[in-house]
Amino acid sequence: MPILEISNLSVDFRTVGGQFRAVDGVSMAVEPGEIVSIVGESGSGKSVSMLALMGLLPWTATITADRMMFDGRDLLTISPRERRRIIGNDLAMIFQEPMSSLNPCYTVGWQIGEVLKVHLGLNKRARRDRTVELLELVGIPSAAERLDTFPHQMSGGMNQRVMIAMAIACNPKLLIADEPTTALDVTIQAQILDLLAKLQRETGMALVLITHDMGVVAETANRVSVQYAGQKVEEQPVSELFADPHHPYTAALLSALPERATTRRLPSIAGVVPGQYDRPAGCLFSPRCSFVTERCVDKAPVTQGEAAGYALCHYPLSHGKPVGHPGPAAILDRRLSA
Amino acid sequence: MNATVSPTVVLEAQHLARHYSLKRGMFAEPATVRALSEASFKLTAGKTLAVVGESGCGKSTLARLVTMIEPPTAGDLIIDGKPVHLDQAPSHELRRTVQIVFQDPYGSLNPRQKVGAILEEPLRLNTKLSAAERQAKARAMMEKVGLRPEHYDRYPHMFSGGQRQRIAIARALMLNPKILVLDEPVSALDVSIQAQVLNLLMDLQQEFGLAYLFISHDLSVVRHIADEVMVMYLGRPVEFGTADEIFNTPRHPYTRALLSATPTTEPEKRRERIRLTGELPSPLRPPKGCAFHPRCPFAYEPCDVDTPKLLKAPGGNADVACFAVQGELL
Repeated sequence: MPILEISNLSVDFRTVGGQFRAVDGVSMAVEPGEIVSIVGESGSGKSVSMLALMGLLPWTATITADRMMFDGRDLLTISPRERRRIIGNDLAMIFQEPMSSLNPCYTVGWQIGEVLKVHLGLNKRARRDRTVELLELVGIPSAAERLDTFPHQMSGGMNQRVMIAMAIACNPKLLIADEPTTALDVTIQAQILDLLAKLQRETGMALVLITHDMGVVAETANRVSVQYAGQKVEEQPVSELFADPHHPYTAALLSALPERATTRRLPSIAGVVPGQYDRPAGCLFSPRCSFVTERCVDKAPVTQGEAAGYALCHYPLSHGKPVGHPGPAAILDRRLSA
Repeated sequence: MNATVSPTVVLEAQHLARHYSLKRGMFAEPATVRALSEASFKLTAGKTLAVVGESGCGKSTLARLVTMIEPPTAGDLIIDGKPVHLDQAPSHELRRTVQIVFQDPYGSLNPRQKVGAILEEPLRLNTKLSAAERQAKARAMMEKVGLRPEHYDRYPHMFSGGQRQRIAIARALMLNPKILVLDEPVSALDVSIQAQVLNLLMDLQQEFGLAYLFISHDLSVVRHIADEVMVMYLGRPVEFGTADEIFNTPRHPYTRALLSATPTTEPEKRRERIRLTGELPSPLRPPKGCAFHPRCPFAYEPCDVDTPKLLKAPGGNADVACFAVQGELL
């Protein structure tokens, strides 16, 4: 049974310019002990869907879903008190900016201890011992001395380790990591990713890794879900996704990576992600897609089957060829110039 | 605007250094931060030199010295054949030859100026062109960088990150510089937009014969765009060579670690990860000897005594500052 099951999740924000749909009908399931990655560019709704799950969105957001279950509990109808009991305990999250996610006024030892006090009710001595143990687990040298330091006295990488220590303090069943290494240098990034993978292996927790870095995805995740403009456009096991992307967006995104480029000129995706006011009627990727036809512009596509990577596309790609496509003559020449 | 793609050296730096002294209270001795030491390199017209390294390695300090925002504390800087003096302000002529594009296109454009005004400002300050001539030049440049004519009257907030970076690039090119310093120009952009901006930069380099000093921490971008690469660690260059050499046969242990730590989407390109323990030391108290030795898996006796010099490594063309490489132990 999946530890996390979301079906048809949508999040709308009330803005001055009217309703804005940040997440549009996203479904996902995470099995225990699995690493699932959500990739997408900025504005693809990858963070917002997970924040909705955690109940961390502001009051301007409206969350609708058919189903949002975590570990047998329904997160749609849960009371705030009950939710607080789960979050930080069975369900934990780490954020992108380690420097601004920690409270500058308290020592790191105090901040980790707070989690243990609230959820496990440990006494002062037990908290201290467990905190030292946690800091050692995440690879902070001379952990006992670090208990009394403040976040500003440590580097970004160290602070991110503290965040991870805090998140895993109660042995969560699911850890959501929102761009955990984006603010860090590559050698530190490698250390943190190794650490997350090691913790995941040892404790058997499930991990949802939100990122925009395709390299991180390729080396860490088991399964990948690709989002574009709030919609999930594709989902595949990691090696299959990189070998044979089924959605034209995924294919274009992968070929735009400098390391996969075969020519000096990089194949780029023309145009930009649609915003609040220029959302196309049919397929959201249609203004930028190189296979776009009349049908794509008029009619929103439905999700394909597993063989086509659940691609949200009328003509999902198979080894780079669009299946069921009427041919090059039908491709509309209405792509936006960059 | 004539493209001259001959190997002309437009900038030469010799043992460039920038040290900051830091006051530490009334009675304490001021501390010295050696942000940059011993940086020597040449920039050639039409070529790209990439500077790679992690935060605190001095790459942004280097950008500030090359653009003459700050004077170096030691070393020689010769730009376009004219030396920059340490004590006197460089001439306007010299400043025009070097321009810079910053990382964050959201912070580097004045939100109260329209695109037209942003692009014409350098001309207004540095040339005697009339308003009509300035506008004509600005519009021509907008076309070159892929902005539409109607964008002339828009404000920066109306643009996406990629388009803003185009505006910043256009502004840098308004005075026909010879050298463009690009300080992490695509780090703040999404992958699909990043490709557009990199393509634009390569086109402009070819058209104007620009020399790029490309500062980045993203090695896949560097590999794609650079001709030469300088790897820096804690304020010192540790390896210098052509892009092919650095990426195919990295010599310095830090370069190897950096390359192996970069995640890649292609399994066959994956290297065996060299695990670096620990973090970048504080530049206030750099380790004695080679600054990398506390984290280096190959450190041996001389490493914590002397600082290795950047010398041509045996069995290769790259310059490497490492005792183990020079002693042919690696």
